[in-house]
Amino acid sequence: MCVTCGCGDSEGVTLSIADGEHEHVHADGTRHTHAHAAAFARVPLRKPAHEHSHTASAVPARDSHTIRLEAQILGKNQVVAERNRGWLSGREILALNLVSSPGAGKTALLERTLNDLKAELKISVVEGDQATSNDAERIRATGVRAVQINTGTGCHLEADMLERALRALNPELASLLLIENVGNLVCPALFDLGERAKVVIFSVTEGEDKPLKYPHMFGAAEVLILSKIDLLPHVRFDAARAIANALTINPRLAVFRVSAYTGEGMREWYDWLKGGLAVSMNGAAHATAGQPVSAE
Amino acid sequence: MHELSITRSMVAIVAEQAGGMRVTRVRLEIGRLSAIMPDAIRFCFGVCTADTPLAGAQLDIDEIPGRGRCNDCETEMDLVAPVGRCPSCGTASLRLIAGQELNIKEMEVESCA
Repeated sequence: MCVTCGCGDSEGVTLSIADGEHEHVHADGTRHTHAHAAAFARVPLRKPAHEHSHTASAVPARDSHTIRLEAQILGKNQVVAERNRGWLSGREILALNLVSSPGAGKTALLERTLNDLKAELKISVVEGDQATSNDAERIRATGVRAVQINTGTGCHLEADMLERALRALNPELASLLLIENVGNLVCPALFDLGERAKVVIFSVTEGEDKPLKYPHMFGAAEVLILSKIDLLPHVRFDAARAIANALTINPRLAVFRVSAYTGEGMREWYDWLKGGLAVSMNGAAHATAGQPVSAE
Repeated sequence: MHELSITRSMVAIVAEQAGGMRVTRVRLEIGRLSAIMPDAIRFCFGVCTADTPLAGAQLDIDEIPGRGRCNDCETEMDLVAPVGRCPSCGTASLRLIAGQELNIKEMEVESCA
């Protein structure tokens, strides 16, 4: 397997660009040309130091020697992620990686956001799921362009998948790119895609202690969206305690309490998105986008 | 099960570096705060190395304990989770200085016969 682009991977990652079009990107490599040698050369591997002594031995054993590597296993993903980040930054695109458990409301949040902002902002969407194009179809129903990545048995998106999706989607200059990761609170925390920030969505039908149970994800995110707040009267969920737990894990989180169903709290989220996009367009990478709502 | 894709990446890097030689041992460094389970890597290693130059190789994993440093008073501390409080000044504003490693340290190959 080429770990730079994942080709040869038996998991069969596929990309769907439009309805009905279902392309096996890696079947023949026509869509996806790349230089393996160059990609490998970027990884800061120490050259195999051929340092060993051929000691005399009575046993005619095969010789062996140790090669020091000091290679980062996720280094290749990181190389591709940084390339994506540069590509996005050069095009003044604000890319956000939306992560949550399955069913926390990522797609519903996207649908509402797209319907409310599509007249005002240029937006495109990358959808990640193990199977089906259902989510991309929901997004396309709003009139916004979307690419579906199916990861097969894969439990998260990786940087090379986003790279291919970007090539297929070709998002507009100075636009917002929303990436919906596979519903999973563990693995997506480890794989940088090249996004500006991870946005973790946490619904009021989950447990207040979820941030404590999944500290890597809540620690890696810059934004927390507490979703489905219209259900608060019907569920035993202490929103203040849930947010306090998240802030214990990550005091820097910007927190928004929203209902994609009623629209409550969405304006603050939109203001944050617009602020972030303005920062992207000014080329000020890594600046804090928008202003967080207080966590109470 | 991100350990599967991580093990695949690791096997690909080692096989590339081995340049056709048979690999007999690989030593990894995995931080205890990295969200990677060494046992899951060991489980995947046998599957991922079949029909590669690493088939049958021994896998050694060094686990690196978590360490943090306070952003306010620079006190260093041991950490068993990626978050915590400074034992000296009580702030939760810490940076991790060890425990997130995920590296291939070395490999042993048969060669030069």
